[in-house]
Amino acid sequence: MRKILTVSAFFALSVCLLPHTANADSASAVAGKMGNLPDGAAVYKHVCQSCHMPDGKGAEGAGAHFPALADNPKLQSAEYPASVILNGFGGMPWFAGMLNDQQVANVVNYIRTHFGNHYTDTLKPSDVADMRPHLTVEDE
Amino acid sequence: MPHAHHSFPPTRRQLLTRIGTLAGSAALYQAMTSLGHAAGTDFKGSPSLKGAKKGTKILVLGAGLSGMLSAYELRKAGYDVQILEFQSRSGGRNISLRGGDTVTELGGATQKVGFAQGNYINPGPWRIPYHHQGLLHYCREFGVQLEPFIELNHNSWLHSSGAFGGKAVRYREFASDFTGFTAELLAKAIDQHKLDDVISADERAHVRDAMKSWGALGSDLTYKKGNTSSLRRGFERPQGGGIDGAPIPSDLFDRQDVMKSGLWNWMAFHERLDMQTTMFQPVGGMDQIGKGFTRQVKDLITLNCKVTSLHQDQQGVTVTYNDMSNGGAVRQAKADYCVCTIPLSVLSQLDVQVSDSMKAAIMAVPYASSVKMGMEFKRRFWEEDDQIYGGISFTDQQISQISYPSHGIFSKGPAVLLGGYMFGPAAYDFAGKTPQERIEEALKQGTAIHPQYRKEFSNGVSFAWSRVPWTLGCCSMWTEEARKTHYKTLCSVDNRVVLAGEHASYIGCWQEGAILSALDAVTRLHKRALGAA
Repeated sequence: MRKILTVSAFFALSVCLLPHTANADSASAVAGKMGNLPDGAAVYKHVCQSCHMPDGKGAEGAGAHFPALADNPKLQSAEYPASVILNGFGGMPWFAGMLNDQQVANVVNYIRTHFGNHYTDTLKPSDVADMRPHLTVEDE
Repeated sequence: MPHAHHSFPPTRRQLLTRIGTLAGSAALYQAMTSLGHAAGTDFKGSPSLKGAKKGTKILVLGAGLSGMLSAYELRKAGYDVQILEFQSRSGGRNISLRGGDTVTELGGATQKVGFAQGNYINPGPWRIPYHHQGLLHYCREFGVQLEPFIELNHNSWLHSSGAFGGKAVRYREFASDFTGFTAELLAKAIDQHKLDDVISADERAHVRDAMKSWGALGSDLTYKKGNTSSLRRGFERPQGGGIDGAPIPSDLFDRQDVMKSGLWNWMAFHERLDMQTTMFQPVGGMDQIGKGFTRQVKDLITLNCKVTSLHQDQQGVTVTYNDMSNGGAVRQAKADYCVCTIPLSVLSQLDVQVSDSMKAAIMAVPYASSVKMGMEFKRRFWEEDDQIYGGISFTDQQISQISYPSHGIFSKGPAVLLGGYMFGPAAYDFAGKTPQERIEEALKQGTAIHPQYRKEFSNGVSFAWSRVPWTLGCCSMWTEEARKTHYKTLCSVDNRVVLAGEHASYIGCWQEGAILSALDAVTRLHKRALGAA
């Protein structure tokens, strides 16, 4: 619970009008802002493709990789990519604070209907809302 | 009583003198540190590991700073050490790019760096706080020459698209006005007895005086246009010599504009312990540190080894790797112990035989995305036209900041500045672009601060850390929750394996983290090895 909150604070501030100084862990650091992300294609282009690549095929690194979204059976259930986006996975950061429910739903629906994927069921923002951890006042 | 004086405790100075005489300056330094004189980070001097069991082999994975330092200290202790490195170079994230270098990123985009002779950009670490005493210690020990890095420049620009009509303002103008107006508000509130319930009468006078001095206020406690404020923010017509030498004071900004601009963020930025003066950089590029470390352990390093698995049992550790110098041939290296400095973003995807809790710790740390832009211009227009010598200008645009070289000041010819340094959303966005698109965007955004940009631009290179094959990101991002659950496990010796690197420190994303983590890891591994011997 606490984890998500800390993170939300980090990214929520990042998308405000002014960039801010990032958390104490970055040698740096100034988190630049993001433009509008009106649809799934925009979220993919401005966030996801930095690692998963414009063609959704991922990339091979030093004995490790960015997984492909193309032909990835793990996309069968929309909840799986939504959960990874909200919580992160291994080296992949969480995006629960940076993306709202609508944006998470949009990008999940986008990757499940592009890159050779043809799933017909869609994820609704309310589904994403249900997956977010509930934060207590104490957490804040 | 004849012996009464013996019962007096020695003074602090007497004690230090005694320690110095008896044990030499290293002990003196250590004692001073523990008594609170020379405190920097948690660096307590280089470890003096002794008595390794002869023939004990230790395999180090990764020839970044933590790996090379681990190897250096372990060999000194008497171990038989070998380093395997993925890249065709040592140094890890300690790296500089120069003309003729090639950057190939995941996705295949390749950039050839076109900088003129002698110019460079540091795409990774680029500045060293004075209190990073571990790193500074080894720079001295390994003969790496350092020079000041200029962090705060009062004549640099602060820019926000939504403030001051989108025009950049000078740091000194903004900082003076922000400080002046804030001090005025507080001084007047005190003077008008509006804070009587929270500040005692005696303290009121002190705070009022402090505000007057700190904010450059007049005797009426007002911050106003005149010589007093202009001696901070700068004059409309500067002080001159001769008959027309009288200066003309400058207009102040509107207080509301100052307060709502948000530009005070950048004043606060330089106040962080990490950013305080004095900061340093190596002469000739950050990679001089990596090269200094490499000189110490070069004979131990095998380059081009792509590790695929790390196994261990009661007898020892076995590392399997592809020898990329020989067509990727599968090879194995065996040792008694292993120091693994592979970034967690990569390690979490390898076949690693450690406890479940260690596996969970390795999986628990995501890596930040960061992008840097190195841009060469035909001349130092920031110096020649704007009188900006080193330091950083800030903007609310994606590029976030423009930093001017702290070295080569006043030299003629082309020079390289940092044309963008991004974390967070802007870094994801920039990393997702092609190198050409990144340069174009950095030029467009930079022009809002420096109209000379297009005319003077020569060439540029971008470095997107999330597309670097050997890190898949810039550096570790710990949350408080993950720290609580996983940090101690991550740093513990797991049977015969210990991890090291900035990720195993509380100084994440800084080179000092790699140094202190390595020293701690080898110290504990040494104890483990002695216990098991």
